[in-house]
Amino acid sequence: MGDVLVLIDHNDGRIRKPSLELLTLARRLGNPAAVVLGGDDPEALAAQAHEYGAATVYVAEAPEFADHLVVPKVDALTQIAREADPAAVLLTSSGAGKEIAARLALRLDGGLITDAVDVRSGDDGPEAVQSVFAGSYAVVSAVVHGTAVIAVKANAVTPEPAPTAGRTEQVTVEFSALATSVKVVSRTPRASAGRPDLAEAAIVVSGGRGVGGQEGFAVVEELADALGAAVGASRAAVDAGWYPHSQQVGQTGRQVSPQLYVAAGISGAIQHRAGMQTSKTVVAVNKDAEAPIFGLADYGVVGDLFDVLPKLSEYARAD
Amino acid sequence: MTLKIIVPVKHVPDATGDRCFADDHTTDRAAVDGLLSELDEYAVEQALRLAESTDDAEVVALTVGPDDAVDALRRALAMGAQRAVHVSDEAVHGSDALATSAILAKAIEHAGYDLIVCGMASTDGAMGVMPALLAERLAVPQVTLLTELALDGGTLTGRREADHATERLLAGLPALVSVTDQSGEARYPTFKGITAARKKPVETLDLDDLGLNGDQLGLAGARTAVRTITAQPPRQAGTLIEDDGEGAERLAAFLAERKFL
Ligand SMILES: Cc1cc2nc3c(=O)[nH]c(=O)nc-3n(C[C@H](O)[C@H](O)[C@H](O)COP(=O)(O)OP(=O)(O)OC[C@H]3O[C@@H](n4cnc5c(N)ncnc54)[C@H](O)[C@@H]3O)c2cc1C
Ligand SMILES: Nc1ncnc2c1ncn2[C@@H]1O[C@H](COP(=O)(O)O)[C@@H](O)[C@H]1O
Repeated sequence: MGDVLVLIDHNDGRIRKPSLELLTLARRLGNPAAVVLGGDDPEALAAQAHEYGAATVYVAEAPEFADHLVVPKVDALTQIAREADPAAVLLTSSGAGKEIAARLALRLDGGLITDAVDVRSGDDGPEAVQSVFAGSYAVVSAVVHGTAVIAVKANAVTPEPAPTAGRTEQVTVEFSALATSVKVVSRTPRASAGRPDLAEAAIVVSGGRGVGGQEGFAVVEELADALGAAVGASRAAVDAGWYPHSQQVGQTGRQVSPQLYVAAGISGAIQHRAGMQTSKTVVAVNKDAEAPIFGLADYGVVGDLFDVLPKLSEYARAD
Repeated sequence: MTLKIIVPVKHVPDATGDRCFADDHTTDRAAVDGLLSELDEYAVEQALRLAESTDDAEVVALTVGPDDAVDALRRALAMGAQRAVHVSDEAVHGSDALATSAILAKAIEHAGYDLIVCGMASTDGAMGVMPALLAERLAVPQVTLLTELALDGGTLTGRREADHATERLLAGLPALVSVTDQSGEARYPTFKGITAARKKPVETLDLDDLGLNGDQLGLAGARTAVRTITAQPPRQAGTLIEDDGEGAERLAAFLAERKFL
């Protein structure tokens, strides 16, 4: 079996959970090989990659990765892939992940699949499963020409360690002329408020227009904290300025797939469902018994969120 | 010098309709009414705002799609674009994103450009990759997923909401940008705009006109093949209770049963 390149997303010397998931999935397709670009502590990242089954870790360090958008990473991956001739390349299906995947597929003259919710080894190469048209169809596709470049959504699998002895290969990247064409003038990390990241959280508690205002989100946050959850919001709540856009769940926000999703004061429009319907368990609290969100909720409470949520937080804390 | 702004727009099946697949596994574009992808309205809006703040600018709407797709162009023209280009050819049917990007890139070169303004993603395929693919093919700076955008002479600045940080970006023209639905409400076409749009020029091109060969395109040229499509049973509604004062308690019991408490 060939190598499967995994582009590692990292932060503060730690591999982000979605990339650990990719390393876990990569083992189904071949031998995982991690690609670590930039970062403060490549050795720690490489060690963690070995821990999750990557025998080879390609490390490239250059200021270009942080100072410029997308293309430096495409340059690095292209160079490594041409050398390694992998069976597949896996990336996270985030905004930037998909952009890198797209340009890489073009340069490798390969095939591109994005938004995969699962990958597996098929009769003739890797196959990916996508959930399309707001979850109404599951589509299985394969790349039939060239290298498969697959962007996978978070929470496709539970990361599992598979410690391996490994080697690190330092790579010196020859950057293309376009690599520095877009300058990142500043980068301001988003304050996390001490809660888990939306895409990584096992539980997400979201509020919608029914929350009624910025202050109303206190009851949503209270429940989230009692459950150790991330806080999400519908676009209506974001557009009203009650909660930051970074926490929007849905088609044009983040796509989440937690073990438990709690929707409070959210009607369940198709664009919202597109961001949460692959959650394992869905719970909804809404005053309107006809709200579409109840159509996909495993447990629905018709009632006022300002009555139900604080009491539920108490039960959660008593636990 | 006229600032030439091209806005690639997609005609998509209405998301509130019953979207489905045709027998050849492509999106069934006949089954549900189509419209200009809502996310592309934001691109048209930003292009128009940039044009309005520039002395001499032209906004051209461009689509690759079947005959009906001209409706998406009409909408962009009604919003205020000056002219439109429609690439339509039997051989385009079934093209994957990589192939579609080859057609769009050729059409963009054909029309001439200083700036390309894309939507963040189409509302049907929703891959969000076309802007990156076009920037790669045209070898221009890719300044994508912007929530804010400004042009000062030949310099473009923008704000990108990346997953974990806010980035401020800078690039020179010619360039390609994509804008999100946070970039600013799109205008609604006025009656006057709709009337005027009927008289605005729409250039229709086929692959020959663009010097493209059908072999690399369409279903046959696709680099990915669909193996199976399975209709997913809609998620079943579970228990629904009325809160009679004990809603929270019963919900807590359910969560405990599922081991969340
Ligand atoms: C191109 C496009 C992209 C979009 N992307 C997204 C996206 O990414 N994410 C997203 O969420 N939306 C998105 N939308 C918007 C989407 O269509 C809906 O408008 C939005 O999801 C509605 O948010 P909501 O459910 O909070 O508000 P509403 O639909 O107004 O629902 C509010 C609900 O709260 C209930 N309620 C009110 N008060 C209470 C109370 N005290 N207790 C309990 N329940 C109460 C009401 O019964 C109602 O059901 C998009 C739309 C378009 C066109
Ligand atoms: N067939 C098409 N014709 C014109 N523009 C398109 C087409 N497909 C995609 N685009 C553009 O590319 C953006 C991203 O689309 P996608 O990568 O398909 O999600 C859209 O918002 C449009 O601006």
